[in-house]
Amino acid sequence: MNVVVKGLTGLRDWVDDRFPLVKLWNEHMGQYYAPKNFNFWYYFGVLSIVVLALQILTGIWLTMNYKPDAELAFASIEYIMRDVEWGWLIRYMHSTGASAFFIVVYLHMFRALLYGSYKKPRELIWVLGMFTYLALMAEAFLGYLLPWGQMSFWGAQVIISLFGAIPFVGEALSLWIRGDFVVSDVTLNRFFSLHVIAMPLAIVGLVFLHIIALHEVGSNNPDGVEIKKKKGVDGKPLDGIPFHPYYTVKDSVGVIVFLILFAAVVFFAPEFGGWFLEANNFIPANPLVTPEHIVPLWYFTPFYAILRAVPDKLIGVLLMGAATTIFFLLPWLDRSPVRSIRYRGPIFKTALLMFVISFVALGYLGTQTPTPEMTWLARGFSVIYFSFFLLMPFYSKIDKTKPVPDRVTGK
Amino acid sequence: MIRLIISLLTMLCLGSVLAADSHGPAMQPAKVDLSDELSLQRGARVFVNYCVSCHSASFMRYNRVAEDLGLSEESVKTNLMFTSDKIGDVMRVAMLPSEAEAWFGVPPPDLSVVARSRGPDWLYNFLLGYYIDESKPTGVNNLFFKDTAMPHVLWEQQGLQRAVYRAEDNGGGENATIMRLELAQRGRLTENEYKRLVRDLVGFLVYVGEPAKLVRHRIGFWVIVFLLILLVSAYLMKREYWKDVH
Repeated sequence: MNVVVKGLTGLRDWVDDRFPLVKLWNEHMGQYYAPKNFNFWYYFGVLSIVVLALQILTGIWLTMNYKPDAELAFASIEYIMRDVEWGWLIRYMHSTGASAFFIVVYLHMFRALLYGSYKKPRELIWVLGMFTYLALMAEAFLGYLLPWGQMSFWGAQVIISLFGAIPFVGEALSLWIRGDFVVSDVTLNRFFSLHVIAMPLAIVGLVFLHIIALHEVGSNNPDGVEIKKKKGVDGKPLDGIPFHPYYTVKDSVGVIVFLILFAAVVFFAPEFGGWFLEANNFIPANPLVTPEHIVPLWYFTPFYAILRAVPDKLIGVLLMGAATTIFFLLPWLDRSPVRSIRYRGPIFKTALLMFVISFVALGYLGTQTPTPEMTWLARGFSVIYFSFFLLMPFYSKIDKTKPVPDRVTGK
Repeated sequence: MIRLIISLLTMLCLGSVLAADSHGPAMQPAKVDLSDELSLQRGARVFVNYCVSCHSASFMRYNRVAEDLGLSEESVKTNLMFTSDKIGDVMRVAMLPSEAEAWFGVPPPDLSVVARSRGPDWLYNFLLGYYIDESKPTGVNNLFFKDTAMPHVLWEQQGLQRAVYRAEDNGGGENATIMRLELAQRGRLTENEYKRLVRDLVGFLVYVGEPAKLVRHRIGFWVIVFLLILLVSAYLMKREYWKDVH
């Protein structure tokens, strides 16, 4: 025993003389002080990392058997589902993982809205997170073409053609993206390349920067108070606890609960009633047959509903773009003196509730065949959606806030 | 949060009500049972006897069928394989694509994943939904797939059905609403026997659509049991560590 410990300590010291191993560990785990009052909403950051790791691992194994070729792609997925040992499990983990990624990321972003985590001095964490979110959307869109089913093909066809609405360069731009006049083998090849190399690299890099920025300024918490302002005699935050072991053991509970839910979907309902895997995507892509009803997967439908709600194509495309990127401005739109929803006034609470309702409602409307009533509903909800952001400088300023305590509260 | 969930649920319910179609007879549930191995074996037999002459299942291998349905390779070779003699081969179609196109106008689709794109209920009702229509080259039409190019391959079993129209529509016409189908000519099987045959066939197609479906529920159960045990120990560890946090 003693020999083993001695050996390991020796190895650590040998590495430490050549690489800042202990320093990095302490800065990010052992002596990174996190507020002790994290609640349910604080699991979704670590869960995003868990899903990212799952997607990368399952993706590596899928790539071993997938064929990025318009003639072979569809059949190679079915080959994975049948002839590759455990291929069905790897594929379902990856397809379920895509939806799970958006679920945890949307909840992670909602947490930031609840507790004002984007506010000074955490603006850059928020901006880096937003870039990650955009990269994730691109990654999901690119990946959805690969099964080469009808929805893959026509979804890509519709989304790429949106670029055609841009004046002067639009047509040339969509031609450049596709590499062909329609979505074809060329498109599939480049989407595959971007999906397995470019976007994952970008996402991993951005997540790394996101965490470095977080650890520089420290984590926010459900009370929105700075724990660094109250330090003990030892110079450590009174309301902080070392991330390891406290949050590593706490997060492992959350991760296991997540994995149980994840396994329930993977093993018992991988199509999730058509929300995670669409029935039409089990029909091989056919450029000559347009499906009656083309919808993107659920995580894009709020933005799709905004696009369809606008009669003019160009303005629709611009508003759809604005709906995804307006989040970037949040740190500067919010003029409230407090961070957490706990100490905000009724106006902000109402505004946030209205925003969540409109986001979910738009998401639902985006999955439906539009009727005139639904289009008007979508317009109404789009107005609420944008008002949440555009009116924020006014309502967040005049809102009656409650006094913020000096230290974090119990729960 | 609760208000949000309620409004979400209300919207989903509303959506499904709006989506429900109100014309003609409703779909009946297929009620397939993948744990019934005999039913799947019977379905396989119907499939090779009536479907494979025109439709392939080009992602499904015969030896996999043997393994999954509890059949010996010998038995599969003699009873199920009419289009190939290699046990590791996929279920190929007997006719040439060019012939198929000439006869039907469209090549009959591959049926490997048809249960996943159409769903078992649709397949079940489609195969029950043929009725006499002299205006069609096949002599039949279908309630759930109007003007299908597929002839009623199982007519000898089911017999032939005739459409009964809504009273106002005076017995037919382009836009007449069909209220129900009734038997015009008896087949070899009774109604319930025919329904069982179709259910067997649809069950086999569901299996062909996703062979892993036979095992994934069982594996998933044990994965979740393992995770629950892990959860208990992780929770106890968390509680132990957090004792000194106040």
